Amino acid sequence: MTNLTREETEALIQEVVAVYPEKLKKDRLKHLAVNDQEVEQSKKCITSNRKSAPGVMTIRGCAYAGSKGVVWGPIKDMIHISHGPVGCGQYSRAGRRNYYVGTTGVNTFGTMNFTSDFQEKDIVFGGDKKLAKIMNEIEELFPLNKGITVQSECPIGLIGDDIEAVSKKANAEIGKPVVPVRCEGFRGVSQSLGHHIANDAVRDWVLGNRDNDDSFESTPYDVSIIGDYNIGGDAWSSRTLLEEMGLRVVAQWSGDGTLSEMELTPKVKLNLLHCYRSMNYISRHMEEKYGIPWVEYNFFGPTKIAESLRKIASFFDDTIKEGAERVIQHYQSEYEAVIAKYRPRLEGKRVMLYVGGLRPRHVIGAYEDLGMEVVGTGYEFAHNDDYDRTIKEMGNATLLYDDVTGHEFEEFVKRVKPDLIGSGIKEKYIFQKMGIPFRQMHSWDYSGPYHGYDGFAIFARDMDMTLNNPCWGKLKAPWKKSEDSSSEAATA
Amino acid sequence: MTLRQCAIYGKGGIGKSTTTQNLVAGLAEAGKKVMIVGCDPKADSTRLILHSKAQETIMHLAAEAGSVEDLELEDVLKTGYAEIKCVESGGPEPGVGCAGRGVITAINFLEEEGAYEEDLDFVFYDVLGDVVCGGFAMPIRENKAQEIYIVVSGEMMAMYAANNISKGIVKYATSGGVRLAGLICNSRNTDREDELIEALAAKLGTQMIHFVPRDNVVQRAEIRRMTCIEYDPSAKQSDEYRALANKIIENTNLVIPEPLTMDELEELLMEFGIMDEEDESIVGQTASEEA
Repeated sequence: MTNLTREETEALIQEVVAVYPEKLKKDRLKHLAVNDQEVEQSKKCITSNRKSAPGVMTIRGCAYAGSKGVVWGPIKDMIHISHGPVGCGQYSRAGRRNYYVGTTGVNTFGTMNFTSDFQEKDIVFGGDKKLAKIMNEIEELFPLNKGITVQSECPIGLIGDDIEAVSKKANAEIGKPVVPVRCEGFRGVSQSLGHHIANDAVRDWVLGNRDNDDSFESTPYDVSIIGDYNIGGDAWSSRTLLEEMGLRVVAQWSGDGTLSEMELTPKVKLNLLHCYRSMNYISRHMEEKYGIPWVEYNFFGPTKIAESLRKIASFFDDTIKEGAERVIQHYQSEYEAVIAKYRPRLEGKRVMLYVGGLRPRHVIGAYEDLGMEVVGTGYEFAHNDDYDRTIKEMGNATLLYDDVTGHEFEEFVKRVKPDLIGSGIKEKYIFQKMGIPFRQMHSWDYSGPYHGYDGFAIFARDMDMTLNNPCWGKLKAPWKKSEDSSSEAATA
Repeated sequence: MTLRQCAIYGKGGIGKSTTTQNLVAGLAEAGKKVMIVGCDPKADSTRLILHSKAQETIMHLAAEAGSVEDLELEDVLKTGYAEIKCVESGGPEPGVGCAGRGVITAINFLEEEGAYEEDLDFVFYDVLGDVVCGGFAMPIRENKAQEIYIVVSGEMMAMYAANNISKGIVKYATSGGVRLAGLICNSRNTDREDELIEALAAKLGTQMIHFVPRDNVVQRAEIRRMTCIEYDPSAKQSDEYRALANKIIENTNLVIPEPLTMDELEELLMEFGIMDEEDESIVGQTASEEA
């Protein structure tokens, strides 16, 4: 299968939206684009971060998912209360695979679900008293917790509970940070606003806690990892590279992270930002308030890793610059062996991606290292600064789709005929049933890590075992197979 | 006789609860079996029937018991003067929680527990002044109240409110069977009040079902936590409430109202001298500018 030309891709978009009513068609066309590397600003070709149209089967989450699920949830030594009815917390419990070290239920709480389990009476009479009681019980039952956050579910915003007042009172009583987060699910168009709200809560309730405390002994090589959620251990396979090049990683946000690490982050020399979409806000804030520069990096695949290590090192002296080169060299034989093994099996394979707010552009390099090409990509909840960063990574005339609908994604795939699709659990079985190899690119399909050199080896293995799995050759019934092969022979 | 469900709406403070309880007393006296459902967190819709300060409400009892499922009908349903059944939905104190949800929960509970299946002629819902959210519209949704009576007086804001409530009725009239059944004028002794309310009723496409004059005996009865009919059956005012009750029994004039536009309403108010002709030239002028 060869790639579509620009004209063919444009025609494909028109054809796919043709089934929509006129108004929706006009709206969706703004979210679909043919990539053109010449375009300087994405706003000229694509619209993002807008409300999804009803009935289109969007894959987006909500503000609560962005705050509790992404930003706050992985802070392992705090207890995050899902404040409201039981479902939001229970059905998202432990779903994101952000690994952590600790004894769950004693000094870490990542995979547990704490909820105020709202009943009718809590809606009618308000949940403030119950919330205060929960906080006391938490302190009694889990005394090693380092603090509490209140993750608001929808009803909290509707009935006007004063979670700030309850939090302040509890903070004074238990002497630990208690953070109210106004991440009600109905706010904003996707989980993206939840990231922002969560970042603001970190800023307002955590970041300044050690402003007048110089007891922390800092070094010139202190950095923090921001926006790595340690999915399948991603942050660990990243951290080793930074430490091997001579840096000291003071904090991990938020995968395997702690409250103390967050509080110490204003003491670092440089913030290293992996997921720009979910954590750029707090990075910018630290730049403004504490003068800490931040740099985006990409630890998917050896090409981007080497680029990123050098970019990070450029902020430091020669020992770090040499350290970066040493690390790259150290792993060279290893990643070359990975490429030598898998590239011949994956060369020329075409991939379509649809993920959250970072990976649709960040994993392109890793596929390219394996000789594969990403021919279509899109984000659930990106903003235009993400698409600005995407245009250069994607080939000309490839497809860009923002907040793609179920219909669009299926139709694009039918025409583009990729060899592999990387997206989420909700898409997985649809495409597998269409006979197309699929990898989950949110959860790494229960594998990982994919970050760093260690992660690349696993990434390459996973892509190979999915793409070249013998099952794909067994999808057709034997009697249909013989018909096909005879007709194929006729056309050949 | 089939069960008739009626809801009483009107501007806050207009006398909805007092009027409802007195007219219900009149209905009961005439041999009708009636239930009052208070839909106001203040829970003062049944005190004159029960001679109590405030009845224990469904929501408060539910909160004590754990959940509303733990309650039985007899826990919440009290019987007062002339076998009138009384229930209060209840709700939070001002400033917390969601009173609207309380009304929804309470009415659902009454339905599920079969409160309406008893041998009843009338149910009266006494609803908080403003229909501020969906919860307070619960009594006029499908299969609930079919007849709405609006308590009004000759004061400007009371009439505004009556017109706004009519707009709400139109919304639910098209999706269900609710109809405006009339305006009850609870007199404030303003000039030409009866004519004005009759004119408003005509414009809305309904009737002024009764003009209830002002009489201090109502307040004297209220101090004793009684309806006027119970306190002083021979009082002239008691006859007024009996008359209102009878008119409601006989009432078949149920309409989808035609709410007035703001201009039409203001015109009506000007016609009766309640509002002055608007002088556009003074709009936005401060006192010093005018001087």
